[in-house]
Amino acid sequence: MDAHATSGASLLHIVPSERDRRLARYAVAAIAASLVEAAIPSPLPGVKPGLANIVILIVLARHGWRDAAWVSLLRVMAGSLLAGQFLAPGFFLAASGALASLAVLGALQAVSWRWLGPVGRSVAAAFAHIGAQLLLARLWLVPHDGLFNLAPVFFGAALLFGIVNGVVAARLLQENAA
Amino acid sequence: MRLMRPGDWLVLATGLAATVATAASQWGQAAPARAQVRLDGRVVAELPLTGTHRVAVDGALARLGPTVIEVDAGRARVAADPGPRQYCVQQGWLSRAGSVAVCAPSHITLQLVGPGSTQDTVAF
Repeated sequence: MDAHATSGASLLHIVPSERDRRLARYAVAAIAASLVEAAIPSPLPGVKPGLANIVILIVLARHGWRDAAWVSLLRVMAGSLLAGQFLAPGFFLAASGALASLAVLGALQAVSWRWLGPVGRSVAAAFAHIGAQLLLARLWLVPHDGLFNLAPVFFGAALLFGIVNGVVAARLLQENAA
Repeated sequence: MRLMRPGDWLVLATGLAATVATAASQWGQAAPARAQVRLDGRVVAELPLTGTHRVAVDGALARLGPTVIEVDAGRARVAADPGPRQYCVQQGWLSRAGSVAVCAPSHITLQLVGPGSTQDTVAF
């Protein structure tokens, strides 16, 4: 981030850049989405719509991967602080999912947006997200292969919510582009 | 820009295939191989699940009659038991590996055993 320090007396003045403000606005939207979602009861821990990913996808399409990564990580940090989950198991699960989907989204940036749109990217990221969470949960929280019995449910949810989020993101991008 | 682009369909197909493949591998029941009959925890009869056969086992209530186990084309049941409440008889045909019918008054259990051993329960 850009920090302009003007050393007057003992005053440090940090002027947020235009990019800082933009990232903060997107991050707020993403945090709000994940807080709203935390209030929705889920039949199975781990099955969540992942509404914040709509914001991440829009940032990715408009401003590139670095900005999307900032928004995603700010979302995980601030979202967990606000939900009282910081450094709780849920935080590490969220962080592993966010990092894995960012990695996949980063790799897919090599593919043209003409060929691969928001829907495909959203589904790929959703699978990376739940895949990393399953792996972390298996290694750390539930050290038994029985956990993988639920994998089809998680994958089905990733597919469904990946498509829905991708379509919403694509629509929002289209509307604002026109 | 169109909503769905060629790569999107490719990702969707891959995701769907992955979901279906995991469901098949995780949820596909291993076919049971044989039926095990235990009396007081000791295996007293082991029946292959091919063909049709019946065995009578004398349990703790032998004075009232034997417990009859029936195997028919991949499934097994307790056909008759002298117990008062008939729970194990009413359970009917067992066809999945790991399923059990317990005739508690007779001290007899009928269990279908798969190719690999399975756990009844895992708790944390």
